[in-house]
Amino acid sequence: MKRIPVAGLLVTAMACALAQQKFGADGIAEYRKMLEDGNPSDLFEARGEELWKKKRGPKNASLEQCDLGKGPGVVKGAFVELPRYFADTKKVQDLESRLLTCMETLQGFDAAEIAKTPFGVGEQVSIEGLVAYVSAESRGSGFNLPQAHADEQKMYELGKRAFFYRAGPYDFSCASCHGEAGKRIRMQELPKLTSDPGDGVGFAAWPAYRLSSGEMWGMQRRLNDCYRQQRFPFPGYGSDVTIALGVYMGVNAKGAQSIAPAIKR
Amino acid sequence: MADPMRIRAQAADGKATVRVLMSHEMETGQRKDAAGNTIPAWHIQQVSARWNGATVMNAQWGPAVAKNPYLQFAVKGAKAGDKISITWLDNRGDNRTDEAVVS
Repeated sequence: MKRIPVAGLLVTAMACALAQQKFGADGIAEYRKMLEDGNPSDLFEARGEELWKKKRGPKNASLEQCDLGKGPGVVKGAFVELPRYFADTKKVQDLESRLLTCMETLQGFDAAEIAKTPFGVGEQVSIEGLVAYVSAESRGSGFNLPQAHADEQKMYELGKRAFFYRAGPYDFSCASCHGEAGKRIRMQELPKLTSDPGDGVGFAAWPAYRLSSGEMWGMQRRLNDCYRQQRFPFPGYGSDVTIALGVYMGVNAKGAQSIAPAIKR
Repeated sequence: MADPMRIRAQAADGKATVRVLMSHEMETGQRKDAAGNTIPAWHIQQVSARWNGATVMNAQWGPAVAKNPYLQFAVKGAKAGDKISITWLDNRGDNRTDEAVVS
């Protein structure tokens, strides 16, 4: 007679486990869906568009003549082709380093000074709005990074090395977390970035609004935090290795639809 | 002056669904800065909605509402072309009013 309550308990335990599973990944997906409707990145987009068109800086100029790779002033579709090679700077640049170039050449800001500014302070706040605006203009488009130029190919290779480079007190690399599918940290699923993780996942989900801190994060800030979690020193805002990682992830994500600026927990 | 709100209002089935995104720090007054000083409270205290000039909703908000708040509600009887205006007032006396047309 003792068997029955035990079996009953088992069934209850299994039901609990099932409920727990639903509460996990599905629950988070449901929560994200609810948040999407009120994504505060809208506010950053509006601010960014204003900043793009407003005459600012020592030269009192707008960014409307900024060339993001598709010609001066073309914003639509530019984001999903970045990072790419720019002939004027003779460098492969991502969105943020390119914006710095434009802010320096067109508006007269000191790019090196802005790169040194901590996130969320001074002109870095302007960049938050600008990345939201520029990325939103490519929402729904598939990533299609150019790889024709030798420097772009070189950056891809450098990015791949940086991605697999293990170091630091934890002997970590980017690949430790993002080299296999189906991994997670607590309830946070980790995208596999060595191939296309899918539409709106991984590289295609940034810039994003972080709900927990109420901040808009561009790829530079995302990478900064990855390096912090690996206990690496940050290689610097707009540095070559961060751009190389962008090229590596962006080329791997070819065809993935950008949902940026997304919303994150 | 605070940043503008984003207001969307859509009519369907005899009511209009209004979605409002406000730009505000919503500082609780509970946090401390790096130097250990309390960051003073700074948050929206009152929100009101008007439908073609007539008040249809009043809300009292406090520090528990998150940064850059999102508000959604329905106005019964509102049709396309009607005007919805939202006003917030914060504890520093700053206020902002924005209007949208129901689509």
